[in-house]
Amino acid sequence: MQCTDILNTTAACLTAGGMNPGLAQFIGILFGVIIVTLAPLLIVILLIWVERKFAARVQDRIGPNRVGPLGLLQTVADALKLITKEDITPAGADRLIFNLAPIISVLAVILMWGVIPVSPYHVGVELSIGVLYIVAVGSVGTLAIMMAGWSSNNKYALLGAFRVVAQLVSYEIPMVLALLVPVLLAGSMNLQDIVRAQSGMWFVVLCPIGLVLLFISTQAETGRAPFDLIEAESELVAGFNIEYSGMKFGLFFAGEFVHVMTNGLLIATLFMGGWWGPLAYEAPLLGILWLFAKATIFYLFSLLLRAALPRVRIDQMMSFNWKFLVPLAVWNVLVTAGLWMFARGLIPEGSEGDFLANLPAALIMFVGNVVLVGGFVLSRIRAAGRSERMANSKKSVPGRAIVLANADKGMASVNATVGR
Amino acid sequence: MLELNVQTIAFFIFAVLSWGGALGLVTTRNLIHGALYLILSLFGGAGFFILLSAPFLAAVQVLVYIGAIAILFIFAVMLTRGMTRLREVVNRQWWAGAIISGLMFVLVIGGVILPVWGEGGTNPNQPVSDLTATTEDLGVALVDGNQFVLPFLVSSLLLTGAMIGAIVVARDQE
Repeated sequence: MQCTDILNTTAACLTAGGMNPGLAQFIGILFGVIIVTLAPLLIVILLIWVERKFAARVQDRIGPNRVGPLGLLQTVADALKLITKEDITPAGADRLIFNLAPIISVLAVILMWGVIPVSPYHVGVELSIGVLYIVAVGSVGTLAIMMAGWSSNNKYALLGAFRVVAQLVSYEIPMVLALLVPVLLAGSMNLQDIVRAQSGMWFVVLCPIGLVLLFISTQAETGRAPFDLIEAESELVAGFNIEYSGMKFGLFFAGEFVHVMTNGLLIATLFMGGWWGPLAYEAPLLGILWLFAKATIFYLFSLLLRAALPRVRIDQMMSFNWKFLVPLAVWNVLVTAGLWMFARGLIPEGSEGDFLANLPAALIMFVGNVVLVGGFVLSRIRAAGRSERMANSKKSVPGRAIVLANADKGMASVNATVGR
Repeated sequence: MLELNVQTIAFFIFAVLSWGGALGLVTTRNLIHGALYLILSLFGGAGFFILLSAPFLAAVQVLVYIGAIAILFIFAVMLTRGMTRLREVVNRQWWAGAIISGLMFVLVIGGVILPVWGEGGTNPNQPVSDLTATTEDLGVALVDGNQFVLPFLVSSLLLTGAMIGAIVVARDQE
């Protein structure tokens, strides 16, 4: 590697300055590790403020405004308060597992940042199995919540842990199937390759439904509203983290906030072109700005959903996943793979990075994806509505059933007309 | 000669993880602790896969064994509180377990280690990438008509059958 400037080629520059190559490489890696692990923990201080301010605005409040300008230092004050609180381990708790769970919970999220490319040259590790790594590390987060719920020796915490298995393990299936789409389109599991493959056209154009699927399932994986059943305040008091106090609770809290931003980064990397933007190659550090700008869109949308939507019931959540999301995700992969077989041939050899050359293929993919997958969605919704009407008409008293049945016929004819 | 470099250190860390985890698994009386020790041991195994330049297998190990199977273990044990305080460490079938694990040990030593032991077994100058197949090779092998497409399809059919069977067994009588 040639030393061009100290920011992009640290190791090469240190070697050129007369340092032992092995030591230079070690220092380069060490800096990378420190930055990758510290960045999410520092960003979360700002993220909590953004979330509280945003939720306040949605609910017509002002939000934190006392500590520092615009209340910006409120999170710092909160963190200091959490540190000074008494650190309680409940009697009968499994001490080691109880203390280990919050650490693993944060660890699982931060490990994901290691493979997300932030610029053409800056990436923690360029893994050939990047997407699979993300899924594998994400499943460790499930383990942390189960450990917390079991070791607390508390019924509410245990109930929260049971729900985790139902929710996180189920929603992993549509998530993995949605992650399969960019892998399929780029022909690689390496996140850097996936970003480079989007030089001509972002994958969101080629497969918009895939992005929607990934967004919904990551929202459920994070355990946030409308899927916040694992810490449902009104049913489980606080769910899996009920016995945690002080900074141990703070770690779970921080892990969740970082997770939302991580999901935004992941969606931006896989579907919105990652660090691609004007001057991405000329000024690589600008890629960080583009990536975070794209991730922030999804982050804010996730916050809006959390502030606006009520919590779903557990049976609604499970049937939504198994009867709707999973078949939709399977169908989406099939449609995308089938269309890509043909559309790929329309892109001329050697002009993969050219926007105009990609346009015809992208148009076919977009229309095909929306029509075929959207048609499936509509048919599922209509079938669900029909079965609900049938169930309603069976339950009612006989006299009313005739009226309802007639009303059903009326609705059916309306539907038929609309359908035509 | 044993050379002390980063890979050797990593190897010993993973060895301690997998051996310590396995030892803890068979000696603990608390089944949840046992499952967590198992996760530790599997994690060490995943580390070995990375050292052997098979990152795909490492990720699959974490995803399938830690993310799915070990979590199912813990879930099953959590539902049965009485199982978390076992009184005895060994049960009546300990001798069968000892025979099977002894046989497995001899098989692994005799079948895998001995052929590549000593002179002429392995060439230290040969890069590992020449010996090991890549993830691409694995993927192609699974769908290639001349290689493993039939076992692959049969096993997927078997899994589907098992899944449908589980649903039928668990279903309410109507």
